[in-house]
Amino acid sequence: MHASVRPALPVNIPPLATSPAARETSAALSMRMTISKVNFFYGRKQTLFDVSMGIATNKVTSLIGPSGCGKSTLLRTLNRMYEIVRGARLEGEILLDGQNILTQDVTSYRRRVGMVFQRPNPFPKSIFDNVAYGLRINGSKAPISEAVEKSLRHAALWDEVKDQLHKSAYELSGGQQQRLCIARALAVEPEVLLLDEPCSALDPISTARIEELLVQLKDLCTIVTVTHNMQQAARISDFTAFLLTGQLIEFSPTPQLFTTPGDPRTEAYITGRFG
Amino acid sequence: MATTTTTVPSAGPVAGWRSFLSRLRQGDEIAQMITFLFAASVVLLTLLLVFVLWQGSILPRHKFGFNFFRTSVWDPIFDQFGALPFIYGTLVTSAVSLFVAVPLGIGAAIFLAELAPARVSDALEFFIDLLAAVPSVIYGVLGVFIVVPLMRSYIQPALQNTLGFFPLFKGPAYGIGFLTAGIVLAIMVIPYIISVSREVLLSVPRDQREAALSLGSTRWESTWKVVVPFARPGIFGSVFLALARALGETMAVTMVIGNTPTISASLFSPGYSIAAVIANELTEASSNLHYQSLIELGLALFLLTFILNGIARLLIVATSQRGRRTGHT
Repeated sequence: MHASVRPALPVNIPPLATSPAARETSAALSMRMTISKVNFFYGRKQTLFDVSMGIATNKVTSLIGPSGCGKSTLLRTLNRMYEIVRGARLEGEILLDGQNILTQDVTSYRRRVGMVFQRPNPFPKSIFDNVAYGLRINGSKAPISEAVEKSLRHAALWDEVKDQLHKSAYELSGGQQQRLCIARALAVEPEVLLLDEPCSALDPISTARIEELLVQLKDLCTIVTVTHNMQQAARISDFTAFLLTGQLIEFSPTPQLFTTPGDPRTEAYITGRFG
Repeated sequence: MATTTTTVPSAGPVAGWRSFLSRLRQGDEIAQMITFLFAASVVLLTLLLVFVLWQGSILPRHKFGFNFFRTSVWDPIFDQFGALPFIYGTLVTSAVSLFVAVPLGIGAAIFLAELAPARVSDALEFFIDLLAAVPSVIYGVLGVFIVVPLMRSYIQPALQNTLGFFPLFKGPAYGIGFLTAGIVLAIMVIPYIISVSREVLLSVPRDQREAALSLGSTRWESTWKVVVPFARPGIFGSVFLALARALGETMAVTMVIGNTPTISASLFSPGYSIAAVIANELTEASSNLHYQSLIELGLALFLLTFILNGIARLLIVATSQRGRRTGHT
């Protein structure tokens, strides 16, 4: 399994930090999403504290941290998926392309932000119908079969399934199912793709394929991924955010975070002293 | 004997038996044998049931042969017995009950599982379980005192005035009959459909809903296009359960169906069902042939249940969407 080798980040990208001043300087980099002062509550329990960060356009941003640190919660605020949980409440502001996502119509907003889940969760339908689902419910006028092919190609699954599009999605292997889920999300052409530990249920080879895929996909959309695998974050992402007990401890370009962490807690975590 | 079972390595079946005995001591085989016996007893009971019904119906089988199922005269005085009106009554009342109960029950289950607040859903579930536990004679009383008068004075005249051109809704409005029995049955089986379907819908994995929502589905689209299809086999299961209950229901049907062996296209007509006639006549059968004919009716009901369940299962397989997990229940 080979990690994708990428050129180091251009030096002129300023480090992103959580301090307001640092955020202003980071405006030079084009930001697809901006999260400012987000506090999140499940009932009375607060799970995110004053999180502020930017999601750079056409980059991969990783959220890392120990279990229960709030990284999945943060991811789920980005497509407002938290709203289906009773008692969940968000304070603060999240912008997509400069517009507040919380005041938009949630259904049409979610079309712009795709999501891939921890365990492959294809619908109990054929491969084709899985990818076509989003197009059909959105009343897409484009010819569906072409769009399905395009998405499957983007997800690097086309060659494996082109002769069995009408077979059950459940007949695919776990890794193929996860790439199918990526294709399903890509079919509606989202601006941002969120992935919640997309490889945690997969074997190493499938994991490598998905990692490779994500790096390719960033030309197509902006990617945010949650992972508890630090090597993975180091391999695929341009920026990494480290969260601990609901707080954003450090947010920097990935090489910087892993080589010269600015916070002793980050260092302790990435060197495996806890978590 | 018990002391000689220390495992001596020797060839042949003896060794197999010895090692079996030694494994037996460790419990695995015992557990397997006991649970196998329990499972086998189900099959055994079913076979025994068929055997008893078969043995008990020798006389009419020899006298009428297959005509028993084809003729419609039921006359204990002249020893003429035909099962057709009872089979017809059983089928018609069950069909009416499912026609009413399936949309209502599934609709209610969708509301409770997907749309209602959890507290409301749990509170209502308590009442639904209560309804499922009410003895059928109570439903019969409800039928006689409430449904029958309602049918006679309001529902049947209204149906006659609006849909009277269908043969289904022709004829005098007695109140009792196929339609009333079907509706009382529907009231009885709705709790089963709701309770089981709700449980099945609630057990659909959350990530299925989330996947649908994340693609821009509305809540209803995620319910109707993803959650319900995922739960379909389980929902079908609840309908089978309802059908089984409707086919075999005795007391409530006896009280409202009219107990007249007739075959009529009109749902307003009084009729009879297999279970009802067995309950009414078995204790006072006038002759051996009469008695055994009733037992053969029992056999007919058993076969009917068997065939309908088989058809329903085939229906699931035939209509299941491509992509349904094979072997998934």
